[in-house]
Amino acid sequence: MTATPAKTGPVTSVARNRTVRQYVARVLFAVLMTLVGVLFALPMVWLVLAPFDATPTLSLEWPDWTLDNFARLAENPYALRSIGNSLILGVGTMVIVVGLGALAAYAMSRIRIPGRDGILYALLLLSSIVTGTAAMVPTFQIITQLGLINNYVGVLLVLAGGILPTVIFILKDFMDSIPKSYEESARLYGAGPFRILRDVVAPIARPGLAFISIWTIVQVWGNFLVPFILLRSPDLQPAAVLMYTFYTESGQADLRLISTFALLFSAPVLIIYFVVNRRYGFRFHGGIKS
Amino acid sequence: MAGITATQLVKEYPGGVRGVDEVDVEIRDGEFFALLGPSGCGKTTLLRSIAGLEAITSGSLVIGDRDVTNAEPGVRGVAMVFQDYALFPHMDVGDNIAYPLRIKRVKRDERRGTAAKVADGLSLQGLIERRPGQLSGGQQQRVALARAVATRPDVLLLDEPLSNLDARLRLEARTFLKELQRDLGVTTVFVTHDQAEALALADRIAVMRAGKLQQIGTPREVFQRPNNTFVAGFIGSNPMNLLPAQVRESRLAVGDATVSLPPGTEQLVREGQDVVWGIRPEYVRWVTAEEAGAIPAEVSVVENLGASVLIVVNAGDRKLQVAVPEDQEPAPGDRGWIVPQLSKTLLFDAETTERIG
Ligand SMILES: Nc1ncnc2c1ncn2[C@@H]1O[C@H](COP(=O)(O)OP(=O)(O)OP(=O)(O)O)[C@@H](O)[C@H]1O
Ligand SMILES: [Mg+2]
Repeated sequence: MTATPAKTGPVTSVARNRTVRQYVARVLFAVLMTLVGVLFALPMVWLVLAPFDATPTLSLEWPDWTLDNFARLAENPYALRSIGNSLILGVGTMVIVVGLGALAAYAMSRIRIPGRDGILYALLLLSSIVTGTAAMVPTFQIITQLGLINNYVGVLLVLAGGILPTVIFILKDFMDSIPKSYEESARLYGAGPFRILRDVVAPIARPGLAFISIWTIVQVWGNFLVPFILLRSPDLQPAAVLMYTFYTESGQADLRLISTFALLFSAPVLIIYFVVNRRYGFRFHGGIKS
Repeated sequence: MAGITATQLVKEYPGGVRGVDEVDVEIRDGEFFALLGPSGCGKTTLLRSIAGLEAITSGSLVIGDRDVTNAEPGVRGVAMVFQDYALFPHMDVGDNIAYPLRIKRVKRDERRGTAAKVADGLSLQGLIERRPGQLSGGQQQRVALARAVATRPDVLLLDEPLSNLDARLRLEARTFLKELQRDLGVTTVFVTHDQAEALALADRIAVMRAGKLQQIGTPREVFQRPNNTFVAGFIGSNPMNLLPAQVRESRLAVGDATVSLPPGTEQLVREGQDVVWGIRPEYVRWVTAEEAGAIPAEVSVVENLGASVLIVVNAGDRKLQVAVPEDQEPAPGDRGWIVPQLSKTLLFDAETTERIG
């Protein structure tokens, strides 16, 4: 352009046209994306606002501010207890799954078994059946035969059984990436396998373990089917099942209770996420792969 | 402190590869012993077998006065520095060094105290609180050494301890390692594929090839009297010239030239025997005037080595390397004579490759 000043006029006008078009395109794009974003945000906003509304409906509206809904929920004998139940089931499953998963993944990662990968994939495929709808009748029968109906042990067993294969699969990958020389070094100083797992492998695989812990709790927290089928007494039900019982006498969904309970229901998972993330951190130590 | 005796040691990997093949070796108490050989010759495998990290297929291993052939690694009294150092990334330097003590259930204060003392001895002051990821390669290496010696092991095993360091640091670390070993008096076995490192550090060297021992001896012995052509070619910064030759009338025919037999071999060869004649480049002189025993030659390549020059010459149809002082540097294409130093020449059997005499 600088070399041929005569052409400057038309060239700049073309350029100006182009920038205008680009500008318009960007504005349109931003508006479109905002609309999509708002669409996704609406349910979240409803979740936060509806509990404080004296008469919540399924549409989003500016609330008629009140805390009555929380008071009413507190009167419900099962509401708060069910959140506690969910915590017991979630943390219980997490302890089983992380404990057994770490041991199994370590063994799977270090011991040569013919067809190891095949076993892992088969487990992974089958596991989705255990906690799914398809196997509910046999699962129910097994738990009945074991006399574990209406008992947390039964629920924990089924939930842990369904989640473990995925956990083993993910943790094995983490442990595969830990150099063998770390463990061999510890072995030379006289450390046994459990000692090595505790002192060396688990701390290095910590981000993986933290992730698995949270993921397990989230899975259990949202699981409706297993506790619904295996538990009878209302005072044992976890929150996901209890939510189902909030109906008015006329059989209508009681939106005041449901919305308030939904907010309480989602809070613990968020809190657990932040606590675990702060304490155990999803960060990686340098020098894992050298 | 303890010596190590391996008898007919075999380590066969699944699939039939023999990493270590019928090795007999006796490492003395307090000795600095090098395992030397090219890549894949089984040095690491032998070291790991001594440590107990590889199950021995057959043969026996004694450390001190105990048969440890089937013993767990933790009870052998050995410590090892791995090639990647294997420092635990989630522990600081102090905890890394003290880890062996932690397994032995030493109390934390005492542990940290010992670790600090050992770290001081290896000039790691002020680094105790750092994580391994925050250290340089040389510092990491010293932390790994500190961890290995913190428990006062009977035997110290080092797998290529210097190979991750750059050339200058390597020389420093070499001196450091030698001093440390002398101070501790610990029986030390170290693996290297660098012959110069082995010659510089070791009291004795074992040269290996394809799982088998080729020669065990002091650096001087393996340098001056290599057992076979392999060791002759492997040891020395410039490989030994190894030329096919034939015994004729009590002399050696090397290509078109004839040279005298090495001293002491006259009675050990037959007329017409095929042999290999060996002479190190450092023991050949390049001269520009003919003299007794000189072989005419032409310079083809000149490589600068700093204080000396390595030239490749064609003598008839044979190629030789000759080390020449820098001020006598010839140019490619120059004609002259080479004069081997007779007392330094060696003779090898062409078939078995073993040294004659
Ligand atoms: N786990 C294994 N399974 C099968 N073969 C192996 C195994 N480890 C080593 N080998 C083989 O054993 C031989 C010796 O290996 P080793 O690692 O001892 O060599 P090295 O002398 O230490 O070589 P380098 O200098 O490259 O480290 C090699 O041929 C190698 O391929
Ligand atoms: Mg090796």
